[in-house]
Amino acid sequence: MTLEDLYREVIMDHYRRPRNRGALADANVVMEGVNPLCGDEIKLWLSIDDAGVITGAAFDGHGCSISQSSASIMTAAVVGKPMADAHAVISGFRGMMLEGEPPDEALLGDGVALEGVRKFPVRIKCAVLSWNTLQLGLDEHATAGGRKVELHHSES
Amino acid sequence: MTVPTSTAAGLDPAQIRADFPILAEQVHERPLVYLDNAATSQKPRAVIDALHTYYETYNANIHRGLHALSERATAEYEAARSHVASFINAAHPHEVIFTRGTTEAINLVARGWGDENVSEGDEILLTEMEHHSNLVPWQMLARRRGAQLRYIPMDDEGRIDLEAYARMFGPRTRLVAVTHMSNVLGTITPAAQIVRIAHAHNVPVLLDAAQSIPHLPVDVQALDADFMAFSGHKMLGPTGIGVLYGRESLLDAMEPLFGGGSMIRVVELHQSSWTGLPDRLEGGTPNIAGAIGLGAAVNYLQTVGMPSLTDHEHELTVYALDLLSDIDGIRLFGPPDAHERGGVISFYVGDVHPHDVGTLLDADGIAVRAGHHCAQPLMRKLGVPATVRASLYLYNTHAEVDCLAEGVARAKAFFA
Repeated sequence: MTLEDLYREVIMDHYRRPRNRGALADANVVMEGVNPLCGDEIKLWLSIDDAGVITGAAFDGHGCSISQSSASIMTAAVVGKPMADAHAVISGFRGMMLEGEPPDEALLGDGVALEGVRKFPVRIKCAVLSWNTLQLGLDEHATAGGRKVELHHSES
Repeated sequence: MTVPTSTAAGLDPAQIRADFPILAEQVHERPLVYLDNAATSQKPRAVIDALHTYYETYNANIHRGLHALSERATAEYEAARSHVASFINAAHPHEVIFTRGTTEAINLVARGWGDENVSEGDEILLTEMEHHSNLVPWQMLARRRGAQLRYIPMDDEGRIDLEAYARMFGPRTRLVAVTHMSNVLGTITPAAQIVRIAHAHNVPVLLDAAQSIPHLPVDVQALDADFMAFSGHKMLGPTGIGVLYGRESLLDAMEPLFGGGSMIRVVELHQSSWTGLPDRLEGGTPNIAGAIGLGAAVNYLQTVGMPSLTDHEHELTVYALDLLSDIDGIRLFGPPDAHERGGVISFYVGDVHPHDVGTLLDADGIAVRAGHHCAQPLMRKLGVPATVRASLYLYNTHAEVDCLAEGVARAKAFFA
């Protein structure tokens, strides 16, 4: 276990220069995800068009470098993708983080850099917060019948 | 409030450290620097041995067997109660009720005393810096009884406004429940004055002494406190054992929270009568080993001497505050003057999240706490989601404080 496993260059880059940070004006899914145990908070905005393609994804929030860089990596990984593909990315990421499945760079992009967090068990929840929040947002959108989704999610 | 000073011989940390086996451990191939004492303290050999000796040579239930082991276990359990009573200068050993810890002790009062004495429209006075364990039980009581919680004005460094406090009393004020030392800010509250003002209005006071008893000489009779709650594991004892101190007349009037074995006089099919203190409030087989371990911890603290322990921690706190305040961009919480506080030091460095600082320090073998410290309302008042908290005890050294300051500076540079 070394600090380099946790704080890889890619992660530090997303932490220092977050992608897609800030509100998305035309979002039709607005999610809040919190981890009450550590206080990490993520706000997530998605624009999903009628064809089910995620045309915009953005986040804001505060928390540790892992939670914030993970959100940045996630938005970059799903923007422009149809919802079905986004589901595959989420499940690939969760499989890697929670089940120890081998990282798939073609699927996850920069997300593979977070694999090292597995060596720091207490920090895994920091990495998956935004992904769980995204999953819930997509599920809710699928059943909302075109209504705007606004949901608060709290990790247990 | 000033930290007492004494002329007792200074404490020798090297000698003390030899009594704590865990301090020789390595963490991530580095010597352990344990600075998370406000969460739990390490245990001296004397405490570990007391647990072993009980389980290996006289393990038995107490207050019931007529055999030799039970008699010895009972005697040691009650001796532990007497040690604790004399440690806090309680008037009687039976004013010391063994609980699982501070949380259970406070809940015991909220239920056993609160349900009997607090009614709709009554008021309980607290501060915004309470640990959740001295906040949530009162919220639950207030909800059960329709009572109100009111917050005593204080500044961001945990100094209570005594004049404003004195003006809060009215005919509906039933209880004051405040911390004796903040587990986030380190601030020592003026407990004796808080009690005196409350007593002038015939209102009893509960002190959350979880952080103070391990670090300061505390005399419950001098403070004139009505209830005091603390945990064994923060004062060199085992986990799962703590104390509710209560004035005899108040404990006598309390309803037991746990009905069952040990706490009864006569049990009939449809009713029972309770026995006297302290057993009445200790239903069921207690944590016998834990109490005996706590007795050994108290003996250890008395042998070291609380005044010299306090002096050592005070000197180390001054040193730590001085060293940490030199780090560019650090925000230190709590009073800058170490005379107003104990060795609990919370900080935020630059815009680096406390969890990241905690992980970096851990990689150097330095154990601190990073989080909200079970004090979410205080975090909101301070405007931070969390802090890093280093907390000192008798076995910590200047060299360990140096490690901390270097580690924090490195963490700040790493995330710059």
